[in-house]
Amino acid sequence: MEKFVRLVTKACPLLLANVDADQILPARFLKLPRSSELGRVLFHDLRRDAEGNERPDFPLNRPVWRDARVLVAGRNFGGGSSREAAVYALYEAGIRCVVAPSFGDIFAQNAVKNGLLTPALSEADVAELGAAIAADPDMPVTVDLEQQTISRGNRSFTFSIDPVSRNQLLNGWDDVDLTDSYATRIAAFKATDRERRPWARPTRS
Amino acid sequence: MSGPQTIIDKLWSAHEVARREDGAALLFVDRHYVHEGSFLAFDQIRKRRRTVAEPALTFGIADHYVPTRGRDRPIADPSIADMVGKLETNTTGNGISLFGLGDPRQGIVHVVGPEQGLTLPGLLIVCGDSHTSTHGAFGAYAFGIGASEVAHVLMTQTLWQKKPSRMRVTISGKAAPGIAAKDIALSVIARIGADGARGHAVEYAGSAISALSMEGRMTLCNMSIEGGGRCGIVAPDAVTFAYLKGRPFAPKDAAFDRAVEAWSGLASDRDAIFDREVTLDAGAIAPIVTWGTTPDDALPIDASVPDPAREADPARARYLRDALDYMGIAPGKKLTGIAIDRIFIGSCTNARIEDLRAAAAVLAGRKSKVPGLVSPGSSTVKRQAEEEGLDRIFRDAGLEWVDSGCSMCVGINGDVVPPGERCASTTNRNFRGRQGPGARTHLMSPAMVAAAAVTGHLTDVRQLLPGRKAEG
Repeated sequence: MEKFVRLVTKACPLLLANVDADQILPARFLKLPRSSELGRVLFHDLRRDAEGNERPDFPLNRPVWRDARVLVAGRNFGGGSSREAAVYALYEAGIRCVVAPSFGDIFAQNAVKNGLLTPALSEADVAELGAAIAADPDMPVTVDLEQQTISRGNRSFTFSIDPVSRNQLLNGWDDVDLTDSYATRIAAFKATDRERRPWARPTRS
Repeated sequence: MSGPQTIIDKLWSAHEVARREDGAALLFVDRHYVHEGSFLAFDQIRKRRRTVAEPALTFGIADHYVPTRGRDRPIADPSIADMVGKLETNTTGNGISLFGLGDPRQGIVHVVGPEQGLTLPGLLIVCGDSHTSTHGAFGAYAFGIGASEVAHVLMTQTLWQKKPSRMRVTISGKAAPGIAAKDIALSVIARIGADGARGHAVEYAGSAISALSMEGRMTLCNMSIEGGGRCGIVAPDAVTFAYLKGRPFAPKDAAFDRAVEAWSGLASDRDAIFDREVTLDAGAIAPIVTWGTTPDDALPIDASVPDPAREADPARARYLRDALDYMGIAPGKKLTGIAIDRIFIGSCTNARIEDLRAAAAVLAGRKSKVPGLVSPGSSTVKRQAEEEGLDRIFRDAGLEWVDSGCSMCVGINGDVVPPGERCASTTNRNFRGRQGPGARTHLMSPAMVAAAAVTGHLTDVRQLLPGRKAEG
């Protein structure tokens, strides 16, 4: 997995609450394998009208924010569905960080597995950051995971992130490699567990 | 851990293989359900040249993409056929049992697992689907995961997780006649918000929960994710054990009795501490419907939709305007004045036998004013409903009686609500476009959907119940 340490880029405000995983990637695109195509259908139904034309007022459609790699979003971003392809779509579209007051739990967990940072700021800080970006859309932000800060000009916000996610992103850990190093303990657990919970394995009728 | 423990603590510690310094725990997984959407995870394990660690603990079920009509013919849409075919090769190729299209046990994963006795108290259950919280109704620790985690479980039968905070939702008192588990679930979500249980595992307790059937408990736990909680749990009791006895994959005879003994110790200890407590009075719960585009946009049926002009908070007012605009509802309109275009009875939330009985009790001898679809939660439920004659009631009312799958809840298998149409639905998400691009969804209980069908607009089902067998 790609590490996340520090990123300097433009940020795009998307200050809507409850942008659920269905909005990030509508279900009809879930048949797609992981590919750049997913990036092109990111936010499809918010981003395009019924005829498939881009809505000019959708922030990511504005020329200045097309190459933004940070999204500044509203409360409960990515709630609902467990579809990891929502994270792939963001990643394939170049987004490496979504800042919001809160995230859907499964979305946040999927994000960390894919090197997408999801720092949480207060509602007030998100509103302030979003307004500042809207006023001066070109000015880059710096996201620093070691310092846990997002700064823009001389204004700096300290964000919270759970230490497990922080560790994983800073180190670019691969979960499976890590788990393989616990193979002996998993085997021991299974052996005692069979005695302790004999009812836990499925029977066949 | 010493001292009194919650059921959440007990389930967690029984599955902890190891714990890292940063607090992440490696948990052992007892059951892993996979469906067509799990193809991304199988792609990952192929890429890593790995195999499935515990195929005997993994079960494949075709639900998300399966067509609900024409099962005697090959699937017409090649992209859907491909999804169903991939599940078949991914499971059988890895020694995993498959309840595929054509299997008499096929159905929606969250209906089939419990029905087959694969879901049991005390288990840790995962599936690449957010409604995996359903299985918590049995006193299991069950939650939805993404594709990378599905791949991790396939390869190792374990999962790294951070322990969530513990929340208890107590529903005291007794629900009135005509009030269903869905009304309780939507009332809880309306109270705490669509992200109210974020970061928490939720135990449901109290007299109104004990009084629920397993079907009702599954509906309630299913909707936990719509309140932001990854898992919902009800402590197993006599109702649970009676449901499980004799199920195909459940322990048998003396082994079952020993299991019941172990399961009986899972309930939260009397003085166990929760990080957060929420209490609702069941007696105050009325039939609930959603009016907007998140599940917490839920109100009692006798209420009116909000008016953005009367909202002081400008951000909230903007949200209300956007939601009402998408839904095509005038500000302040009475809910009972909202006419519908179609109905859907189905999904992992509300398509079990009890749900179909509740809808049929309202529809018997009546006609639906709008077209609609009834898709049973599983092929087993379908057969049972047909034995009870429920299919006749739905057909006689003018509704379509189709095969089992996720159907119109997810809109990717051929069943969709057309753009701009309004659907009274027993499903779990009223998100924009959830039932199809531009679709407008109102969530409610099966009986309330049946009532809306009979009148053609959102309706308090209690007005249609007198003289009938009411669903409690």
